[in-house]
Amino acid sequence: MQELLNHLNNLPFNYEEAVAVILFAIGLSMLLFCRNLLKKVIGLDVMDAGIFLLLADRGYITGRTVPIIVDGVTEMEYYINPIPAGLVLTGIVVSVSVTALMLSLTVRIYKTYRTLEIDKLYIMMTNWRKGERE
Amino acid sequence: MNTQPNHANDPSLLELWYNGGLDLTDHLYIPVEDEPQPAEKYRPKHNDAVFARHLYRYARVFNVAGTVLCILFSLLMILTVANLPAYGDPDAPTVNEVAERYVEQGTAETGAVNTVAGMILDYRAFDTLGESFVLFTAVAAVTILMERKPKKKVRRAEVISYAEDDIVRVVSRFVIPIVLVFGVYILLNGHLSPGGGFSGGAIMAAAPILYAMVWGDEQASRVFTARRIRTVVVCALGFYCAAKSYSFFTGANHLPSIISTGTPGNIFSAGLIMPLNVAVGLVVCCTMYSFYMYFRRGSI
Repeated sequence: MQELLNHLNNLPFNYEEAVAVILFAIGLSMLLFCRNLLKKVIGLDVMDAGIFLLLADRGYITGRTVPIIVDGVTEMEYYINPIPAGLVLTGIVVSVSVTALMLSLTVRIYKTYRTLEIDKLYIMMTNWRKGERE
Repeated sequence: MNTQPNHANDPSLLELWYNGGLDLTDHLYIPVEDEPQPAEKYRPKHNDAVFARHLYRYARVFNVAGTVLCILFSLLMILTVANLPAYGDPDAPTVNEVAERYVEQGTAETGAVNTVAGMILDYRAFDTLGESFVLFTAVAAVTILMERKPKKKVRRAEVISYAEDDIVRVVSRFVIPIVLVFGVYILLNGHLSPGGGFSGGAIMAAAPILYAMVWGDEQASRVFTARRIRTVVVCALGFYCAAKSYSFFTGANHLPSIISTGTPGNIFSAGLIMPLNVAVGLVVCCTMYSFYMYFRRGSI
């Protein structure tokens, strides 16, 4: 028991990362349990937000400022880590592209089948595959 | 002993599932003798009921397995977070020699005061080129999926034009140029202050989107034609490719660069970072506007 508590000793300091992880879990459960395609897309975006929050938190260092060099001060002791910022930038761009692609696919699915519930869609698509289109 | 209900005639089978959130009545086999179904309407088969029963069983297994998976995954991640170095720890392993090098040598080597801009547009410029192409590919895919001919005659009720509203019209005349100028400012100051191509381009895209919302899609499509947008995107991406290939052959890997980095802090400094920011910003702006127009009316 004491060993387990020793493993958890950084949890009070890492509460922001814990929030990010909980966001990720919320997004994952939306992705698994929502029966609506639009809600699944929203769930994926919530997962993305959790990942970005985690990355941004990992880059922060207490008491330091943004990595913009002012007055020629180039010592690392004054600036936070710039690498996670660049990674988050990449992630946001990919997230926007994936969201747009999935939303357009959702629109096409709605135009063809007039529903977004995956249970109905599954039955309709299975029959469609067997050549019994409505 | 057969305790199974007759699923074939039981439309409420799957209504048990999620408290009636699912209505499969239209898709289950309900024989109607009197009036024949129209030919083009979906004619259910008797195996639909079997299929629905399988789906129902699968859903129960899926719910249990998914819940267990989610809880296990959350616990694992919380445990991982608890074992990470403390938040804001200066001795964390992520603050290693790479970050140190970017901060300490970045300004001297790239000329950019903003270390992140110097990192993503000089050291890792090919990564950013890939990001721009991701956006380009997304626009291409959305175009393939959403492109349709705009309706010639649009019903009056479908037209949502706010141009007749005095407040919206007057305010948009003031706001659109301010938004554009602010976007251009963020774009051009990308190497000096927080911002850069992606954020500046996204802000700039708000201006044509607002224009299209206020003055109508027809008017906007007359100004921002598909041909112009395509030209801008292709030129920006081509310029990015050419500029970074050129600097790859002259500037990288300790080769001497003929593009001077200038005085750090000046607006015209940092070598190729500002033109590359502008190229990325134009790509992002056109991408966002294309997304809006394709989802709004199906063509630019």
